[in-house]
Order: sequence, then structure tokens, then C-alpha cells
Amino acid sequence: MTDLRELYQEVIFDHNRHPRNAGPLPDANRSAEGFNPLCGDRLKLYLKVEDGIIKDIRFEGAGCAISTASASLMTESLKGKTEAQAETLFKEFHTLLTEKAHAPASFPDKLRVLQNVREFPARVKCATLCWHTLYAALANNSQPVSTE
Amino acid sequence: MTAPNQLLDLARVRADFPILRQQVHGKPLVYLDNAATSQKPKSVIDAEARYYAEYNSNVHRGLHALSQQATDAFEAARETVRRFLNAAKSAETLFVRGTTEAINLVAQSYARPRLKPGDEILVSQMEHHSNIVPWQLVCEQTGALLKVAPINDAGELQLDAFERLLNERTRLVALTHVSNALGTINPIKRLIDLAHARGAAVLVDGAQAVPHIVVDVQALDCDFYAFSGHKLYGPTGIGALYGKEKLLNAMPPYHGGGEMIREVTFEKTTYAGLPQKFEAGTPNIAGAIGLATAIEYILGIGLDVIAAHEHALLEYATAVSKDVPGMRLIGTAREKASILSFALDGIHPHDIGTILDHEGVAIRTGHHCAMPIMTRFQVPATARASFAFYNTREEIDALYRAIRKVKEIFGV
Repeated sequence: MTDLRELYQEVIFDHNRHPRNAGPLPDANRSAEGFNPLCGDRLKLYLKVEDGIIKDIRFEGAGCAISTASASLMTESLKGKTEAQAETLFKEFHTLLTEKAHAPASFPDKLRVLQNVREFPARVKCATLCWHTLYAALANNSQPVSTE
Repeated sequence: MTAPNQLLDLARVRADFPILRQQVHGKPLVYLDNAATSQKPKSVIDAEARYYAEYNSNVHRGLHALSQQATDAFEAARETVRRFLNAAKSAETLFVRGTTEAINLVAQSYARPRLKPGDEILVSQMEHHSNIVPWQLVCEQTGALLKVAPINDAGELQLDAFERLLNERTRLVALTHVSNALGTINPIKRLIDLAHARGAAVLVDGAQAVPHIVVDVQALDCDFYAFSGHKLYGPTGIGALYGKEKLLNAMPPYHGGGEMIREVTFEKTTYAGLPQKFEAGTPNIAGAIGLATAIEYILGIGLDVIAAHEHALLEYATAVSKDVPGMRLIGTAREKASILSFALDGIHPHDIGTILDHEGVAIRTGHHCAMPIMTRFQVPATARASFAFYNTREEIDALYRAIRKVKEIFGV
């Protein structure tokens, strides 16, 4: 049995209580909306992308501790990254949580605090909602994405 | 252990439910998700198994001994459902997959052929999606309008608004007897009378009511009453729809196929009489037998004994909730079934659900297939504990120990 403390690590509580990059981004040029119909969680993601680089990224929405912390950690880790790097991170994060695979050494440590979510299958979608929304925003998909 | 109701031998009824001996995450299972689905007594599990082991056969068509035995058991099950609802005739009780199918049947076979553009269907704000979406489909198909009677902050239907919404265009009123997300018990007899006074037919969604309340469809005078077996300690995939004979006779079939016909030619087919007209295809025979066994089981204990015990559990759980800082109940109607929907300040219901699960406590978290209620109370979701007659005060203590653990982990 995985201990609850391995899911709810202090870093996750910190980002849940004080989410980074929360709020609107008036000069965003990419955005997308994510929705988890299972729990009703909604997330809006705003990006300012220039010359293929994510200059700024912010999010809005209320969710559980896992989804809020995941969105907060994601935005922190994406600032300054290229779109190609962001897409690679999306794939690595998704594989880490859904296939229980190891992430490469280059994978950011701060995102690894979420890897124990995979021991709680009902909660994987909470952690991946923001990343699916990011993927839609980068693809400039104006349709709301769903975790279902 | 002091039982709130001395007539209920808790140790004995708990022993009837094999699953309650389980451990979850190394803790004794505390099953408080009964409004989603209830557990099954051994008699129900055995009745299904016995059908498959001893007399599995198709109904209403074979001449051989097993087919006759299966047909007899299936029709005896229908008679049990009739007696349970106090319908006048067993032909008025149709076997369906569950409440959802029952409502869709009424929507498509009763409402759709009758409704004209501008006609109105009235529902309440506390309906489950299964008593909203079938009517929205009919509205799209016919041009009818869906009207919604509001609820107050306690989660009770606003009677004056309900009355105002009833008018000569109202063709059908579809209401839940007991709210799955709030626990509210509607004054259903009064609502039916008000609707009938304006000439509207009434469908009652009884999915959450039948496990707690004695239902007499003749006394209620409802036109349709729907419920599911699996919330009534019976199997999944079986339920019943009561409909007044006169209305059912006038309705076209819902599904076409075997069993529901009298004579088939390529030019014209004539339909069977009630109830077969609405039971196309081989039915869920084992499910019907299991459902009847579940009904016999709860009638053996007595719905009044069940309701008294559950009410005592609800009162105890409600009283304890007042001592938990930051705990807010969603649904505080004066008349309530044993459903405790709640929110904890600063903690999302999903996080509550995961931590409770680790303590062996099974509750439901989410929107409970009633998103409009979440919108009404401005919450994304709630946590919901729902009690059955086999639950104990000690299990409610376990629930609150787990809730305190949630608060401790979250530091609030």
C-alpha cells in the first residue's frame, strides 16, 4: 500500500495553497480549456508564445490539490521552454503517470513529486488535466479538451 | 453496540451481506456509498446463482420443463414487484434495465408522440441527469420546452414556484421522489395532485426512494413510477417501471423484437399485450428473480424498521457534523433520506475521497450526476456519505475519524 504521504507531499500542499502563475494573462496568444467530466474540474490555460518559445504561461480554475499543484508545477517548469520541449515534457509526464515508465534523467525533478499519483489510478486524470490542456493550447485547438 | 432501533438485529443483518466482511487497504470496509449502489444479501446472490445452476432457460416460449420453471419464476418476480408498489395489476409493472431505461421509455413512447411545439415538460432543479436528459431529447424531437422548478437553500422544492410553473401547456411533470445528491424527500403526493389538477401526467423517479419509503402507486395516483434494483439490494441491470394500464395500452412499443409481438408478417405486425409489448428480447431473467428476492428480503425486515434505523444514523451523523470546523452540509431539507452530502473548507472532495478510501471508508465524491445542483450550491462537487440499514453508529464514528485525518493531513 502506498502511503498517503507519498501522494500528498509537502511540495504538493505548498503549490495547492499558493499556486504559482494563477490568474489571467491578458496578452496571451494561445489558450485552451480543459474539463474533467468525472469530477467537474475546469481549467483555463493561457500562453504567450513568441518565436516558438513560451514566454509566459498562467492558469485559472478550481480543482483538487493534485490538479491545482500539477498545473502550478507545470507552468513553473514550462516558462522559457520551446514548444518542442514542452511537447516532449507532456509525453514524458504522461508516460510517467500512465505507463509507470521511468522518466529520462533530463526530466525536471520538481515534476517527479507527482509520480506517485500513478499508485492512485482514480487520480491520474487530476494530474494530467493541465497537460492535456497545454497540448490543446499548443495545437491551437479551440475546442475544450476532456480527460474522458 | 446499541442499535438505534431495537427491532433491527444489526449483527444478524450484517452477516447476511458477505461483502461487509472485507478489508480495504488493511482496514475494515465501511461502506457508505449506498446511494450509488447498495450491497447484496447472500439470498440475492444465491437466487441468481440457483437460476443459472438449476433452471436456466428462456421464458415465455419453451414447452419444456426448465422453460416453464423459468417463466414461473420470472412472472412470480413481477408479482412481487407489483405487490411492492401496490400496483393494481402485474401487467402494469414492466421489467427494464433500470430507472434510466424506464424514464427513456416513457419519454419516447409516452411523451414523444403526444408533445407539440410549445408544450411543456416540468422537472425540478434537483433531478439526476437521467431525469433531465431524456426530456431534453424529447424537447429536441418535438419542439416542446423543458421548465425547471427551483429549490431553496436547504435543497427543498419551492412549492409556490412549482405551482406557478404549472399551466395548461404542461403535459408532463417528471420529479424525483428523493434527491440522490441532497437527500431531500419531496412531498410527492401533493406535487402529483397539483400536476393532475392542471391536467399533466406525472412520472416519479423512485430510484432513491424505494430503499427507504413504502411506495403505494395507487394511493399516490402517479402515472409512472420508476426504480432500479441495484439500489434496492438487488442486482444491477434490472429495474421496474410502473405505468397505468390505460396509458401503457395507448403507447407504442419502445423496442421492437421478439417477445413483444402477437403476429409478424412483412406487411404488418401486431403487438403483444401488456407487459410483453414493452419487453422486447430475452429479458434479464436472473436479474428479475434476484430483484424479487431482494424485495422479499427487505420486506422481511420491514421498510419502517429500515427507515427508523437509517433516520437515527442520519440524525447522529448530522449532529456530529456540527462539531467539525469547516464542515458544511449541502442539503438540509426538513424531510431527508439518509444522505449526507458535504464540503470541507479548503479541501476538494476528491482529496477527501482518496484519504477516506485509505481509511477503508467508501463514499462518493463528485457531481453525483446532478451538475445543476452543484451549480445551484456553487460547489464543483461534494462528498457524499449515504447510509443503509446495515450501517452502524460505529461506522459513522469511523467516517468522522477519517474526516479528521483529512483535515490533519491538509493542516486545516
